[in-house]
Amino acid sequence: MSVLVYTESEQGTFKKAAFEVASYAKAVANQLGTTVTAIAINAKDTSALGTYGVDKVLNVTNTALDKFNANSYASVIKQAAEKESTKVVVLSSSADSKYLAPLLAVGLSAGYASNVVEAPSNTSPFTVKRTAFTNKAFESTQINTDVKIIGVSNNAFGLEESSGDASAEEFSPEVPNSGVTVESVDKATDKVAIADAEIVVSGGRGLKGPENWGMIEELADVLGAATACSKPVSDLGWRPHGEHVGQTGKPVAANLYIAIGISGAIQHLAGVSASKTKVVINTDPEAPFFKAADYGVVGDAFEVVPALIEKLKAFKAQQ
Amino acid sequence: MKILVCISHVPDTTSKINFTEDNTKFDSNGVQFVINPNDEFGLTRAMWFKEKQGASVTVVNVGTAETEPTLRKALAIGADEAIRVNTAATDGFSVAKQLANVAKEGGYDLIIAGRESIDYNGGMVPGMVAGLTEAHFVNNCIGLEVDGTSAKAIREIDGGKETVSTALPLVIGSQKGLVEESDLRIPNMRGIMMARKKPLTIVEPVASEAETASVAFEKPAPKGAVTLVDADNLDELVSLLHKEAKVI
Ligand SMILES: Cc1cc2nc3c(=O)[nH]c(=O)nc-3n(C[C@H](O)[C@H](O)[C@H](O)COP(=O)(O)OP(=O)(O)OC[C@H]3O[C@@H](n4cnc5c(N)ncnc54)[C@H](O)[C@@H]3O)c2cc1C
Ligand SMILES: Nc1ncnc2c1ncn2[C@@H]1O[C@H](COP(=O)(O)O)[C@@H](O)[C@H]1O
Repeated sequence: MSVLVYTESEQGTFKKAAFEVASYAKAVANQLGTTVTAIAINAKDTSALGTYGVDKVLNVTNTALDKFNANSYASVIKQAAEKESTKVVVLSSSADSKYLAPLLAVGLSAGYASNVVEAPSNTSPFTVKRTAFTNKAFESTQINTDVKIIGVSNNAFGLEESSGDASAEEFSPEVPNSGVTVESVDKATDKVAIADAEIVVSGGRGLKGPENWGMIEELADVLGAATACSKPVSDLGWRPHGEHVGQTGKPVAANLYIAIGISGAIQHLAGVSASKTKVVINTDPEAPFFKAADYGVVGDAFEVVPALIEKLKAFKAQQ
Repeated sequence: MKILVCISHVPDTTSKINFTEDNTKFDSNGVQFVINPNDEFGLTRAMWFKEKQGASVTVVNVGTAETEPTLRKALAIGADEAIRVNTAATDGFSVAKQLANVAKEGGYDLIIAGRESIDYNGGMVPGMVAGLTEAHFVNNCIGLEVDGTSAKAIREIDGGKETVSTALPLVIGSQKGLVEESDLRIPNMRGIMMARKKPLTIVEPVASEAETASVAFEKPAPKGAVTLVDADNLDELVSLLHKEAKVI
């Protein structure tokens, strides 16, 4: 009956989102008066999960699962859910979790709600709040099936520590042949991915050309941030498509979003509005982004950004 | 190759989102509906297969008669035929079930759906169709080549991309990057004229129960006023971010 949470790891180490979904699972377990079981695939050390409310960890170690594969991973999680007679499965909003969740939903005949931002408002009927219309609104959704799957939005619930130790148990599910084989992975290991970032520094057409991105990258470096851009910037080929954020690009739910030379079109704002604090740097005081921002600097990016980098370096040096 | 492209009929990206009936229904008053952007990328790639490899392209929507102009637009862009499953789209699962049924009946080799729709925004239909039809599945697809029955796809992952090999029948979740923005097509007069003559078949739904139900909507709380900081006083910005917002 325990709540099952899929705690995602990369190269054996848990992602921050793993602790967030564990915290969420704990909140649901408290509402239902049950415990939390985590399923971890090829994670090296699972002891940290106890801190976020996990009571038991099912540890899967299998080289066939070294590379992510939606079908095999969904099957492994399904077997764990069945073993635990789980009624609620909790996952993150990473690209991988969103990829496997619908397959898992079919496998478990479970109703699935994605982009969930709060703990259930009610457990009978089971009701959660999720974003809809690409962040332009929230929707209350009832899940009416016996087994339920919740995909938690990044950075929406946060981390909640609780005291406790997670017991670990080896789990050896069957791993089906998947039919989709990963040939090669092309991933910048020295860069922060937008989905995992706490801070995102984003540039728009106001930066005039790709040759001016040095200062965006430097600002991101100082802050340990990911870099992103508006749609035209990626359409023009100034930056890769993977950096495009907004309604038709990646959603951003960071703690801090810094928009530089971005006007703030409705499609852009829709995708970044879930970020907690927004800073805008723009020459035009009438730019619509100022209405959606927390802090603003009216000024030329080519002067403001280098100056801000210096100030932040000095600030970091003091810390 | 027989391709099925799933087309979701969604409010244009510039739409202001409002609700009626005590915040339980989307207010479509004055809203322009379009092909979901992620589906448009998929449709454009399907047209490439049609023109370069001789594929046939069917578009499908699960919806009421109101969605027909959107299907006609897909026909005007170049799809060969359209199917409308005559039932209001309720939740992701029931839509996927209808689409899976159409896919099975038609024996399609490649099923293209968008990574997510910009209205319900569930990101669940393509994966569920794959699960229900037991086809292979590649989500966040930004590149696709098909040779006979084998396929090579590129998938966007957090922080990069990966290349995968798989086989037909295949479902992909398409998104920006699958085709160039400049390759997207606006229907021309000839396309629109031809679309009127192309078949649009209405099929009745198979029995299906919704697994989830939308009970109410709300809009985000209005934002407080922006705090402006002088460009010559960036120390203040750093201090606000540190002490007030507590984000650095
Ligand atoms: C179907 C559809 C989907 C879309 N989806 C998205 C999406 O997902 N994401 C997205 O971003 N857009 C999207 N758009 C595009 C969107 O409508 C805007 O065109 C786009 O966001 C504008 O990008 P921008 O702000 O970089 O450029 P612009 O609108 O050109 O703005 C540039 C800004 O830079 C400022 N500026 C100029 N020089 C300087 C300087 N030296 N220093 C500081 N500021 C300066 C200007 O004042 C201006 O405000 C979509 C559009 C459509 C039609
Ligand atoms: N009513 C529908 N009819 C046809 N295809 C749909 C429908 N709803 C969703 N889809 C497809 O599924 C994709 C993802 O939708 P969603 O799961 O709602 O985010 C869309 O981009 C479409 O390709």
